[in-house]
Amino acid sequence: MTRAMTETAVPTAAPARWQDYFQLLKPRVMSLVVFTGLTGLVCAGKPMHPLLACVAILCIAVGAGASGALNMWYDSDIDAKMRRTRARPVPSGKVQGADALALGVTLSLLSCMLMLIAIGWLAAALLAFTILFYAVVYTMWLKRSTPQNIVIGGLAGALPPVIGWAAAAHAVPMNAWLLCAIIFMWTPPHFWALSLYTSADYGKAGVPMGPVVWGAAKTRLQILVYSLLLVPLCQVPLFTGLGGMVYAAVAAPGGLLFLILAWRLFKSQAGDGGVVGETGLYEVKAGSKDARNLFAFSILYLFAMFAALLAERMLGVPPGLSL
Amino acid sequence: MKNDSNDADRARRGRNIMIALGLVAFVVLIFVVTYVRLQGNLGARPL
Repeated sequence: MTRAMTETAVPTAAPARWQDYFQLLKPRVMSLVVFTGLTGLVCAGKPMHPLLACVAILCIAVGAGASGALNMWYDSDIDAKMRRTRARPVPSGKVQGADALALGVTLSLLSCMLMLIAIGWLAAALLAFTILFYAVVYTMWLKRSTPQNIVIGGLAGALPPVIGWAAAAHAVPMNAWLLCAIIFMWTPPHFWALSLYTSADYGKAGVPMGPVVWGAAKTRLQILVYSLLLVPLCQVPLFTGLGGMVYAAVAAPGGLLFLILAWRLFKSQAGDGGVVGETGLYEVKAGSKDARNLFAFSILYLFAMFAALLAERMLGVPPGLSL
Repeated sequence: MKNDSNDADRARRGRNIMIALGLVAFVVLIFVVTYVRLQGNLGARPL
């Protein structure tokens, strides 16, 4: 742990509003986690009281928010150095670090406790593990120490469908872990594509993201390798009784396009400039457009696959490739 | 100076209201979850 345990928040005259505390929960990440958690819950295919299903999803969302608050408390020193994150509530001085910590710990305890009372010990234990993994293993340890940070740390973002499945079925069969594996393998190409055109920001903050440590060329190769592993993995649900024809119609052509974009990125010069201009953080240079394209498509690909699984369960489409 | 004080009061009031609403929602949620779970367990009990 290299972080200096000092208070980095800069006091400002503006008093903290409740909206500033809400921003600590990373609402956009929460919405993604709700979506993948809901997919796991629905794909489990077990009857569940609608209220308990809503409570399970709420617990997953609040647990994710608590992780976000703990992350913002611990990372306030490096957030202050990066243009993407310097406006966050703690580095901007709107909320004190101690308050972010208190909010994170309180919501972690409440979400796990409610999950235990409403659903059961398995879902509660998985939720507690996910929060601890994100806050301690990823935020406090991996993020500042290795370029593999988002590979291993990606497990925290991949677990919500497993928690959702466990909430509905009180068990986590292979198909639940398959959803987890898909998000886990999707995370490196997604984040490395982003970091190829924001690497100067990470370098300035001393975060060892791929392009900062390895350089752009090796990062592009790593993205291609992970893409070659991800796309076949995304076809596996067709053979395990999880995905049907709708899923196949999304996963197969989408996977092909994913590989084409990863190949184009590999052959491009994306990230070679390595510098982000002061005028615009996400201003994409001509050479980095391939990185931006893969980053944007990766979000669409994951969303479409999970939406297809949700739609199939709701419409009663049988799994497998038979009509 | 007075404006700063008013802003701080307004912000504090907003935070207090949100905390109160959150606590009330949590209590109601616990009550409803307990009711639903008890109902389910009673329904599953053999006669």
